[in-house]
Amino acid sequence: MHKLRSFLTMLGVVFGVGSVVAMLSVGEGASKEALEQIRKLGSNNIIISAVKSAEEEATSTQHSHMSIYGLTYEDYRRLAESFSNIKKSAPVKLLRKESRLRERAMELRLVGTTPEWFELVPREVIAGRVLLSADQNKKAPVAVLTEFGARKILATENTIGQTIRIGGDEFEIVGIVKSESGQAGNIQIPDQQIDVYIPIEVARKYFGDIDRKRTSGSWSMEKVELHQIIAQVDNTENVESTAQAIEVMLKRFHKKKDYIVSVPLALLKQAEATKRTFNIVLGSIAGISLLVGGIGIMNIMLASVTERTREIGIRRAIGAKRRQIVLQFLIETVVLSTTGGIIGLGVGALIPFLITYFSGMMTVITLGGVLLPLLISMTIGIVFGLYPAMHAAKVDPIVALRHE
Amino acid sequence: MVDQPLMKNDEIVRLEKAEKLYQMGMQEVHALAGVTVSFRKGSFWAIMGPSGSGKSTMMNILGCLDRLTSGRYFLEGKDISSLDDDSLSELRLRHLGFIFQSFNLIPQLTVQRNIELPLYYLGWDSIRSAKRAEELAEEVGLGGRLHHRPTELSGGEMQRVAVARALANNPHVIFADEPTGNLDSATGEQILELLVRLNKQGKTIIMVTHEPDIARHAHNNLHMIDGVIDRIE
Repeated sequence: MHKLRSFLTMLGVVFGVGSVVAMLSVGEGASKEALEQIRKLGSNNIIISAVKSAEEEATSTQHSHMSIYGLTYEDYRRLAESFSNIKKSAPVKLLRKESRLRERAMELRLVGTTPEWFELVPREVIAGRVLLSADQNKKAPVAVLTEFGARKILATENTIGQTIRIGGDEFEIVGIVKSESGQAGNIQIPDQQIDVYIPIEVARKYFGDIDRKRTSGSWSMEKVELHQIIAQVDNTENVESTAQAIEVMLKRFHKKKDYIVSVPLALLKQAEATKRTFNIVLGSIAGISLLVGGIGIMNIMLASVTERTREIGIRRAIGAKRRQIVLQFLIETVVLSTTGGIIGLGVGALIPFLITYFSGMMTVITLGGVLLPLLISMTIGIVFGLYPAMHAAKVDPIVALRHE
Repeated sequence: MVDQPLMKNDEIVRLEKAEKLYQMGMQEVHALAGVTVSFRKGSFWAIMGPSGSGKSTMMNILGCLDRLTSGRYFLEGKDISSLDDDSLSELRLRHLGFIFQSFNLIPQLTVQRNIELPLYYLGWDSIRSAKRAEELAEEVGLGGRLHHRPTELSGGEMQRVAVARALANNPHVIFADEPTGNLDSATGEQILELLVRLNKQGKTIIMVTHEPDIARHAHNNLHMIDGVIDRIE
């Protein structure tokens, strides 16, 4: 066997297997990424967010105008009471407030909510505790910080039990949780790094529903009762129908479209569709490469059979049976294609690495993603090696021995 | 004697009304046109004749490389005229040895591997095969050349490798097709001496040649012409 020729022949299989490995790892990465996003959002959750309607956006530039929009306490009550599918829900009131501890100050996002929040958006508790219903009942001025916020504002001080000033009022820090900030597709993750969680009753009592903002020398006022409602549906199958029903209900009670219903599950489906497209495209490329690689191997093996006619004749004269000649050539082809497969595995492992490096897309190489291409390359060897091997076995030893 | 169907105990090969037809374009050629002959165990035959006389066909038939169109061939008392390809391979593997004019060694294999080739198909393990190859190389006068490639050897040495390979399966019959055709006369003489020695050890040797000088070493000479036996000396 010519070394260079064998190597060049193998290249087809190398790239074929390479693209299979790349395809599998990118696909695997995409689905893992999607699952990660769903985990952050909660796969059975429906997130209803308040948005300024288009008309409101237009008029709010006027002086001393108060925009009233968004979700209401009534919406929350109705949602919790009238949908049997919804097992848990949490109202969310969002305010931006300056917070300080002695000389350190930063703007935090105040999240007024109920203890259910922590069940709907499960995050690791680093220290202390989360909000309790007792806080709610007592209207206790307690706050739960995120890890990030705690580091920024509390620095080295003992965390739990500290009192920080938020807006004009003092709150006792009772716990610290981890945060999963970031974007999941086009849906904002419910929590942020700069969150501080307080009981919603306290937020309402201390800060009211009207938010004053000073923008370019003039005051603007907004009245928003609730910024978000997170609802958890009992069963994944009911998520989309429930989301539609919520949409219908809100439409009845809201004159303007000042809310958005988002479903993390839809994101998962979108991710799966993307993955499918990816797999089809890469799969076709891989398939074509493997086919071309296989034909290349068949071609070289046929040439090799012709070149080695005399060798075949010698082996047959000595007593080798036809099937032993078939086996010999088949093994050579499989060795060739499997070697190509192993090199291809290396190339294929490099591609996802480069994709991750340059695009940040998550890629995962699994055991199956390694074994399958090897299996494919062996199969290629058998399929495309069979014809040349049969060809070799048909050689007539008498003719072959006279062959020059 | 010719029509006697029973084999004598010391007969090793026997052809009865052997015919071989070849289709050459539109024409049918009788390469063997009814040959009846028998060779005794331990004999040394030289088959002679001009090219196209059918001596090569005779050799291929006797060597189980080809099959008769009609007639019967007995090898060691067994009628093998109707055996299939696999059974003929098995016969060659277990009972026959071949030496060719152009040596027919496999160039990418070492001398040792070439000698071991029949043993590989016989399913011998590598340790036993290596030991046997060493013994055979010693026997044909090739000690120390085991790890060379055939291309690094002289013609005489290559033919010695071929003889060692032919002996590997301890065959009953050795077929030699113009074994000295590609060698100078001194080297050819040495190879012939080797064959004579093997014959004295009891091997039946059937050699095809067109040189009377070479044929002289055989006990019997069989002259062929136009697919039939011309005369036996």
